[in-house]
Amino acid sequence: MNKKDIIICRCEDITLADIHECLEMGYETFEDLKRILRVGMGPCQSQNCAHLIQTEIANYLKINREDVKLQKTRPLITGVVLKDIAKAKEQEDE
Amino acid sequence: MNKASIVIVGAGISGLSAAYNLAKAGMKDVVVIDKDYFTNGATGRCGAGVRQQWATKLNCILAKKSIEFFARANQELNYHKDIEFKQEGYLILATNEKEDLQFSKNVKLQNSIGIESEKLTIEEALKIVPHLNKDAFVSATFCKTDGHVNPFLMSEAYYLEAKRLGVQFYFFEEVKSIIVKDKTIYKVVTDKREILTDKVLNAAGGFAKEVGEMVGVDIPVFSENHEILVTEPTKPMQGPMVMSFSKNIYCQQVPHGSFLMGRSNPDAKPSHDISSSFEFLDEMALTVSDILPEVAKLRVIRTWGGSYNVSPDRQPIISDTLLVKGFYMACGFSGHGFMFAPITGELLREMILGQELDEYAKDLHIDRFKDNIATDYEHSVV
Repeated sequence: MNKKDIIICRCEDITLADIHECLEMGYETFEDLKRILRVGMGPCQSQNCAHLIQTEIANYLKINREDVKLQKTRPLITGVVLKDIAKAKEQEDE
Repeated sequence: MNKASIVIVGAGISGLSAAYNLAKAGMKDVVVIDKDYFTNGATGRCGAGVRQQWATKLNCILAKKSIEFFARANQELNYHKDIEFKQEGYLILATNEKEDLQFSKNVKLQNSIGIESEKLTIEEALKIVPHLNKDAFVSATFCKTDGHVNPFLMSEAYYLEAKRLGVQFYFFEEVKSIIVKDKTIYKVVTDKREILTDKVLNAAGGFAKEVGEMVGVDIPVFSENHEILVTEPTKPMQGPMVMSFSKNIYCQQVPHGSFLMGRSNPDAKPSHDISSSFEFLDEMALTVSDILPEVAKLRVIRTWGGSYNVSPDRQPIISDTLLVKGFYMACGFSGHGFMFAPITGELLREMILGQELDEYAKDLHIDRFKDNIATDYEHSVV
């Protein structure tokens, strides 16, 4: 199958070809790839792509998958509407 | 042993811009060292806004020259992608009479050096951003040539062109000490190598003070955590950055479709903390619900923090020093290093290559803080 047709990150529409191109340019960590390609920045926060990309980095660097660091996990765990947060804060202050 | 004509500490936007400008001017053996991944520091954490609406003349000049560069950056840097320079303006809200008066003065100053800002009524502002809460402000200023640049891609454009010009980069490598001999830079020691050089540029962002200490130069800056959040992407609904100093918010929809917004924490203490807090999320949600209720209907998907490197007058320090020959610094940008990076690199090139500096740029020298000489203080900061 053509690498350009294999979607790795569904949030940002990033293909296997995009990942390989970046690796070859010298971006060899998840954090680097994230900043250049936006993988892990979408609504799923890399829940779908993390392990796929980890495998690609490991294969490219010829190291064990568990030695490839994943991206830093940041809040929130899931998307929350801003206005709901504001409402909860107002109720809490009353 | 390795040799370099200059070692730049920090591959954030200031270091990248300086490296590119020096290499383009013909300097050989330029080395850039960064302790972590690409754009790990303040550059990769910033709000991605670029504006010219300032309250001090110095900041206005720096901003205007930088905007002129962003407009030609893709071409000048031979970038194969796009830095996403979007010029849909900054709309800055005055929420009380005092701000309204100050903003009239600011616009006059900005116009005097050719920045196309203007004062707007509530009705005029609503034509530009219809979903603004009309009861949340009394007037506004607008500059249509302000806007957005993608910090990662702008950095990459500088980085790739600097590499093509021969600049050597070392990432995941930390400068541990800088050896000075006879009041002159002699050697840089990292955790992986030693490099003989007679010039060092301190472009270490949040860690600029510590790098100054390595050569015994006391730089009057401190770092402060500023938090920020991003929403899910949505259809294009807001052209300009909307900002208010008194309400403590900046909020812009980036070309990708998501909204970026941030505010400062009045209780933040000087530190290298860059963590996220629930207090930020609460306050940010309240502020955006007040000013931009439509935007508050979106989901926040991620929050993070980054360091402002703050100077005493909230204006940058771009300077050499009489204390150590060959030591240069670009720091204290107080949250605006990304948007001033183009002119920062150009000024550093002039300074480091011994060319004549423009008159205005002399006010960026570190010695302006000696003996408490009064300098302009920049109040237009979130």
